[in-house]
Amino acid sequence: MSGDVGAGVFIRNGDCLSLSLLQPVGWEDFAGVLLDEVKAGGRVAAYFAAPAAGTALDLFAVIVQDQTGNLRLLRSEIDGILVSLTPQCPQLHLFEREIAEQYGVKVEGHPWFKPVRFHRAWRRDSDAWDRDPGAALVPGDMEFYRIEGDEVHEVAVGPVHAGIIEPGHFRFQCYGERVIHLEISLGYQHRGVEARLVGSAGRGAATRRRLETVAGDTTIGHATAYGLVCESLAGVTVPPRAAALRAVALELERLANHVGDIGGLATDVGFLPTASFCGRIRGDYLNLTAELCGNRFGRGLVCPGGVAMAVDAELVDRLGRKLAAVERDTRGAVDLFFGAPSVLARTEGIGVVSSGTARELGLVGVAARACGLPVDSRRHQRTGDGFFGPPETAMMEDGDVQARGRVRKREIQVSFAWVAQALGGLPDGTALRDLPSAAPSSLAVALVEGWRGEIVHVAVTDANGDFSRYKIVDPSFHNWSGLAMALRGEQISDFPLINKSFNLSYCGFDL
Amino acid sequence: MLVGVLVHLALLLAFAPLMTGVINRTKAVFAGRRGAPLLQPYWDLGRLWRKGFVFSRTTTWVFLIGPVVGLVVPVLASLLLPFGALAAPVTFEGDLILFVYLLGLGRFFTVLAALDTGSSFEGMGAAREVTFSCLAEPTVFFAFVVLARLADRLSLNAMLGPHLATSWDTTGASLGLITVCLFVVLLAENSRIPFDDPNTHLELTMIHEVMVLDHSGPALGMILYGAALKLMVLGAIVVRLALPLETGWGWLDALVFLGGLLALAVLIGVIESTMARLRLTRIPQILIGTTLVTIFAVVLVLR
Repeated sequence: MSGDVGAGVFIRNGDCLSLSLLQPVGWEDFAGVLLDEVKAGGRVAAYFAAPAAGTALDLFAVIVQDQTGNLRLLRSEIDGILVSLTPQCPQLHLFEREIAEQYGVKVEGHPWFKPVRFHRAWRRDSDAWDRDPGAALVPGDMEFYRIEGDEVHEVAVGPVHAGIIEPGHFRFQCYGERVIHLEISLGYQHRGVEARLVGSAGRGAATRRRLETVAGDTTIGHATAYGLVCESLAGVTVPPRAAALRAVALELERLANHVGDIGGLATDVGFLPTASFCGRIRGDYLNLTAELCGNRFGRGLVCPGGVAMAVDAELVDRLGRKLAAVERDTRGAVDLFFGAPSVLARTEGIGVVSSGTARELGLVGVAARACGLPVDSRRHQRTGDGFFGPPETAMMEDGDVQARGRVRKREIQVSFAWVAQALGGLPDGTALRDLPSAAPSSLAVALVEGWRGEIVHVAVTDANGDFSRYKIVDPSFHNWSGLAMALRGEQISDFPLINKSFNLSYCGFDL
Repeated sequence: MLVGVLVHLALLLAFAPLMTGVINRTKAVFAGRRGAPLLQPYWDLGRLWRKGFVFSRTTTWVFLIGPVVGLVVPVLASLLLPFGALAAPVTFEGDLILFVYLLGLGRFFTVLAALDTGSSFEGMGAAREVTFSCLAEPTVFFAFVVLARLADRLSLNAMLGPHLATSWDTTGASLGLITVCLFVVLLAENSRIPFDDPNTHLELTMIHEVMVLDHSGPALGMILYGAALKLMVLGAIVVRLALPLETGWGWLDALVFLGGLLALAVLIGVIESTMARLRLTRIPQILIGTTLVTIFAVVLVLR
């Protein structure tokens, strides 16, 4: 924890801060510092409101400085209206709409002011869009951007899809086969996760299980972020063995999903061998996770205080052996894919996101690294325990479908090497410790590099140590905008492939 | 002639779904799976036939006529073709024009049925289908010009006659070129990889499949059966070109022909297992390419 430099406070990932040290500053200072930080290369990891006295709202911003590994926290107070910073800082656009939807405040000057998840405001009496309080809200019920013209046509896809996937609505404005604009409307799976964590309801194992399912394919990622938040509020760090096992589980999750994604890309380009192999190999990784904790998706493994499962030497040995066998298969399937000329021709130059766009939108994870942005919480946001995953950040420059595929390929290789090494050198000792009660009136931030990208959990506690606000930012929250931009000027027939190359979460966005 | 018609129809109707089965089995083997039984396409057709029809209220009779025409057209077209050394039951000068436009008629009604649903997906698929088949048609005609020139006749039966075996010695280059080009057209017309992916569930990327998304039950059965028949009809030309054997024994000729078709099915399966799909914008380029190559084949036989 470091001191004040200008407005706000600097902390590190996994730190906890008493709210008394983070006093609200005036709006001009808040906005000025935030815009300056973003101009200097910072990213807004979280931007959210929490109820303050009366109708006022506490406004928090968490800015990540990738170069220094610092997090800058800013706090201000607003009442009734929020002035939009989106025109100067596009990566805030969804955060501002989210604040408007959750607390019913109007956002002044927002260029794209629409609901995000189509739920009633948490403050029942206000609505940012002045909708009829009695009417049921239907996801996707908004004015979509339309292009007029005789030869322009509109294609609506979803929310019910042909495959077994999550619901989301995509509205294309097309000129022939060319997509001029894509608008994505989500919210069909909104469960009210954040609202349910507030107060005494946020304690206990039920909360952990709820957070494990924020995005079902990122169980370890979200559970680890939640664990870090709880531990930092309790003022402890987990035993080294627990930290190592969490990191191993996180990499296994990454391996399973990356392999599944490359298989998905192969399916979408109609490249049969890799499609079939990867489907099976992904199952092998899930089975490895099941060996670790009895659940293929890692449920029940990570808990606040460490790791819930005892892992003995014999199991570690078995994991290492099985991993080596799966590695051979994976290498074969992946190399086959990236070695086939027809695959390269199909994936090259499609769905390009420029690094400038990626930076402006605040993309994270695989999508950002494929555009040449070195965004990786494992590297830049170490928690200090020395066990936070592979040292190398896989990067590509092109920002197209193939680049996103190749980033995954490289990450698979790096993760393999790292997991094998980590399993060989697991620290001894206990893997679980009791947590003291959480610090009251404090704020804790945890960043975890899940397989999709940066997962951010921010908790604010009340005077009893219960959560008064719990903010979750799934990487998909940033990256859906990237997908919409990637489609500009592309062929509509390439949408499924480009979509698969991002492979974003619907429920992680919908919360 | 009646016997010829019956033999022709029996071969066509009984054998065509097996080709689909062989393609699927080949793909399964490549993917390391055991795969569905070879006769699965037959069971599927039986299953679909026992189902009821489902019609959207927004569709008209055009919606049903598409699958019916799609099933009848390949049957009629097959009567103009020799199956290997088995002569075509119906033949007259200029029947090649009828052959091509019978297939065009089937496509026309499939497209109409797709547009009849009013779905934006089906409209896109119809636009793609029409565009690509426009580009495939010249290839077929120039290939037929080569064959007509070699046979000095304008009927398919004569053009694919016994002289082909000797023509391979004298004009092998031309015949080789048109065989390859007709095979490419066969892949495009039957919506196989690399042009289309018959297995995909992604309606935005489909060409042919998306046009029949709204069909179900017996109508879908007719479409699948019609597709299998079309594959066999177009395959018959390619097999005859590549394998112009005549033994003089009717049943042996039939076996050679069917064996050729099975080999063709395996070849299609291998291509589907080892290649990714083409980007949609590349398809016209390939089809124009095959047109140019067949024109070159024409030049070779005209000189």
